[in-house]
Amino acid sequence: MNALAAIGEALVLIGTFFYFLSALGLIRMPDVYNRMQTSTKSATLGSLGVMVGVGIWALGTDFGSAAWLVKTIAIATFLLLTNPISAHALIRAAYKSGIPLWEGSVVDKYREHLEAKEKVAEEAPAEEGGEE
Amino acid sequence: MEEASRASKFAYTFIVLFILWLVVTASLDSQELVAGAVISLIVAALTHDVFTKAGLANLHPKRIAYAIAYIPYFLWAMIMANLDVAYRVLHPARPIRPGIVKCRTVLTSDTGKLALANSITLTPGTITLDVDEEDYFIHWIWVQDDVLGAKDDSEHVEKASEAITRPFEKFLKVIFG
Repeated sequence: MNALAAIGEALVLIGTFFYFLSALGLIRMPDVYNRMQTSTKSATLGSLGVMVGVGIWALGTDFGSAAWLVKTIAIATFLLLTNPISAHALIRAAYKSGIPLWEGSVVDKYREHLEAKEKVAEEAPAEEGGEE
Repeated sequence: MEEASRASKFAYTFIVLFILWLVVTASLDSQELVAGAVISLIVAALTHDVFTKAGLANLHPKRIAYAIAYIPYFLWAMIMANLDVAYRVLHPARPIRPGIVKCRTVLTSDTGKLALANSITLTPGTITLDVDEEDYFIHWIWVQDDVLGAKDDSEHVEKASEAITRPFEKFLKVIFG
């Protein structure tokens, strides 16, 4: 049963390494959008590694049972489903509140899209006024 | 996709909740099963109208088979995404070329669009910024050369969709419609 404990320990170690990368990405990246990129992905996979690792680790010990693994996988699934949604809400709120992109950014199609929408909204009442 | 009947929605919600109960309690004791069934019935009766639109049609064998095949494919994409992040964070020169690109999807259902947005967020170098009808606005950490050099808007959308959304759509089209 020690092989299971070893696999679990290795998974927890890998997960911790991705947590570290996630924190390092927060320091190294230039703006909020790129920070979201690194922190979301690494923190999600790091959590998956740690949780499933604990579940497998528990199988290899005397006090553990299969219930550990089933529950940790359930928690990991919930985290996997909710983490990207919170990231999406945060990055969208950041854009809406006017935080600029990094000066090295090459293309911004969303700004064009919003401006085109605004133009349509402005033209529509003008046409109505013309008909009267 | 047309809306399912109330009974079908109720049955689907009950099945999902009961499976969730089995996983969370992780025991097959008969008392636990009865309590789980009663609680699932109550919660399903209260929430089945907001929980699902398609009802039991979600349990079509072809959909379940594609969903199971999607799991390893998605996990592999996620591991590649994290190695990509590791490379960008640890590289001394910090090789990033960010930008917001526009993609178009062929998916029609709301659940499918949500699943696609989640998949995009967790895969290499991309994060979903906003979804407007069939347009996705995606923050890309390294905008590829052929997308950057696109001559007009439609070519840009075509190239970006090819690189970002197409790999998932072939699965999600079957799973969610």
